[in-house]
Amino acid sequence: MKPTFYERIGESVHRETLPNGLEICVVPKPEYAKQYAFFATRYGGMDTRFCLGGKWLDTPAGIAHYLEHKMFDTREGNALQQLAQNGAEPNAFTSNAMTGYYFDSTAHFEENLEILLSFVSVPYFTQESVAKEQGIIAQEIRMIEDNPDWQIYTRMMQSLYRTSTARTSIAGTVESISHITAETLYDCHKAFYTPSNMILTVVGNVDPVHIVDLARRILPREGGTAIPRDYGQEGEAVAQKETRLAMEVSSPQFLTGFKCRPVEDGEAYFRMAVLGDMACDILLGDSSPLYLRMYDEGLINTSFGGSFEMMPGVAYLYAGGDCKDARRAAEEICKEAERLGSGGIDEDFYQRVRRASFGGNLRGLNSFENIAVSLTEGYFHGYDPFRFPQVFDSITRDDIAAFLRENVTGERSVLSEIVPKEP
Amino acid sequence: MEGTKLAEGVYLTYLPARKFKTSLLSAQFVTPIREETASAFALLPAVLRRGTVSCPDMGALSARLDQLYGASIDYTVRKKGENQCIGFVASFIDDSFVPGGEKLLEPVADLLGELICDPATERGRFVNAYFETEKANLIDAIRSLINDKRDYADSRLLQQICAGEPYGVSRLGDEESAAKVQPHKLYALYAQLISTARLELVYSGSADRERVEQALRAALSTLPREAVRGIAPVTAHPAREAAKTVEETLDVTQGKLGMGFTCASDDTAALLIGNTLFGGSSNGRLFMNVREKLSLCYYASSTYHRHKGLITVSSGIEFENYQRAYDEILSQLAEIQAGRLEDWELQSARSTLLNAYASMGDSQGKLENFYLGQAATGQEETPAELAAQVREVTPERIFAAMKTVSLDTVYFLRGKEAAE
Repeated sequence: MKPTFYERIGESVHRETLPNGLEICVVPKPEYAKQYAFFATRYGGMDTRFCLGGKWLDTPAGIAHYLEHKMFDTREGNALQQLAQNGAEPNAFTSNAMTGYYFDSTAHFEENLEILLSFVSVPYFTQESVAKEQGIIAQEIRMIEDNPDWQIYTRMMQSLYRTSTARTSIAGTVESISHITAETLYDCHKAFYTPSNMILTVVGNVDPVHIVDLARRILPREGGTAIPRDYGQEGEAVAQKETRLAMEVSSPQFLTGFKCRPVEDGEAYFRMAVLGDMACDILLGDSSPLYLRMYDEGLINTSFGGSFEMMPGVAYLYAGGDCKDARRAAEEICKEAERLGSGGIDEDFYQRVRRASFGGNLRGLNSFENIAVSLTEGYFHGYDPFRFPQVFDSITRDDIAAFLRENVTGERSVLSEIVPKEP
Repeated sequence: MEGTKLAEGVYLTYLPARKFKTSLLSAQFVTPIREETASAFALLPAVLRRGTVSCPDMGALSARLDQLYGASIDYTVRKKGENQCIGFVASFIDDSFVPGGEKLLEPVADLLGELICDPATERGRFVNAYFETEKANLIDAIRSLINDKRDYADSRLLQQICAGEPYGVSRLGDEESAAKVQPHKLYALYAQLISTARLELVYSGSADRERVEQALRAALSTLPREAVRGIAPVTAHPAREAAKTVEETLDVTQGKLGMGFTCASDDTAALLIGNTLFGGSSNGRLFMNVREKLSLCYYASSTYHRHKGLITVSSGIEFENYQRAYDEILSQLAEIQAGRLEDWELQSARSTLLNAYASMGDSQGKLENFYLGQAATGQEETPAELAAQVREVTPERIFAAMKTVSLDTVYFLRGKEAAE
């Protein structure tokens, strides 16, 4: 295993690709008590339409997430119980483009890792156990449907995108999941849970060599083939400008989204991610002129914030929070982007934000989960996330201005609002 | 472990660590939580965070923090036992990673000290614009609790169990008293707080003890200290003759069932394991039965309020499954009380807790929260000492302690249509 040392951030990563295609990354942290293992497949809520054995399949919305729930079932019972007996805390999540299974533990690490690799690579469910999960996931969906943060975000995505599966809710709907069968779940597992579509990342008090040996022993020898996916053909135009929903909430909230130009995988993808984050901080971060002005006016409060996100075939910047005049706040954001885009970024402010962003990224390395998820995303998109100091060095004020000019415009924007229900 | 006394009523918990990318510095005033003052004290750190004499507005504060490589100083309002803890938590990158080689501990400590001792004022009060904006924000924050129905139901349950007791007061207080806070009253409360409340400091990072103590002594040199009041001890929850039931309706699609239990036993370690067995982990009886076996919910869990001797259960269910879920929760408790448990369950509950204590030292945020909780409730065990207690608990002690757990209050949140 080849270690790479990253001097500017004080981290080492050991990487190896097994003959079956599985990527393994280990970040040893001998001073910590904890070990954290993250086993992920490049398969998420967006991957509903794909080509298997020469045939295009359309699967129900929410199927990747449903599969995640069912993977914990094993011939012996349930992997959660096995891991918990060792005091490990296991869990999993499904995002738009990945499903990840993980645990953290302070004892019996290798035994725990063996359990993790086994239950994720060997599906075990029946028509009956699949049917039983409907009730649990239906309650999960009901819970998020009552959540205004989820509603406002999902509705923004559906306004930004016409055909991209980025608009699909990860958990699906109570209706869509009712079409999920054991057979489809097995098909999806076979297609996407192959070693060559997966990565294992381990962070903590561990020995890299043992991990590689263990993965070789437990996982299948064959890697699997690449699966073509169809995310939809998405043009530049947004699907709809505005959406508004009345809910049982205390005060109105808004999100405004900007449909940005997507970037191909590779170094350019990472550079765009860092650039988008910085543009966000400069446009509307806590120390930006816009934030300070709107906060002073009482137009926004500390709930206000924004973010730049990328997933296969799409990129978007969004911002929002509690606000009594959403339309005005959204306009202010566009106006400020225009001002900054046409040479209005103050040099001192820019240098300050660069420093702060560097500190923020470094702080993120305290979290094992964050390290594992970044390395996984980097692998799936073909870049090395630990090179962030170098990427910061390569970004200029003009790059930020160009990004804002191109992407944060009224034309590319949508507005999603939640308002209190009339009594 | 007791903190080192730096001044009258000022204690430092020093936690040396070289493994983190950052250092953490926290300063928290500990004061008894009261219905009349909870909102005002919740408002205070938000107003203080708006500006100091040398950084008179948020722009100047942000600029200073950005310059310190994105150091953060967040204000915090927490409830620990029957005390309210208010103050600031700062996080800044560790000296070894500062590209320019500057030292960050001293300037961050100074800024923290300024936020506490040297706020921006006008005519002997806080800046009125800051006061008004933050008061409006606080009222919004209190109202917005209803937006997250799970948190909302959990907090309504606690208010119902402990109605009239300090433990039933929310950490932010209530809307009505927030609306009544006046500028001069807030300033008077502030002056009283910084001179008479206990101040707990926590540091985690690579600097040595002398340097940390010196930085803090310098930063807090103008802190007025008078007769410092003790922390409020937790009062016992009075027993009820029969369980109380409260039902509320909101326009929601999922119902929330909350159940509150009192624990008469003071065998804390046994109750920690007992609660983990009941609903404290994904291996607990509630997850395994209410969710996995009966598919009644996505979440059903229990929390042990160690400082107050309560267990609360939280779950989200279909409205019509109320009785089934209610019966199942009680029957799982009865199983544990009767000692009908398998060895693996006991083992797993114990290991889950031991894992949590063993890994606490890996997170600066968890360490700070833990030691503050200990200090604010007058306890001195370290995570390792608590782990040792958990290791020694016998099954008999668990069953005996869990037998003293009895239903006190039921809270049910249902949808509007279902109620009609």
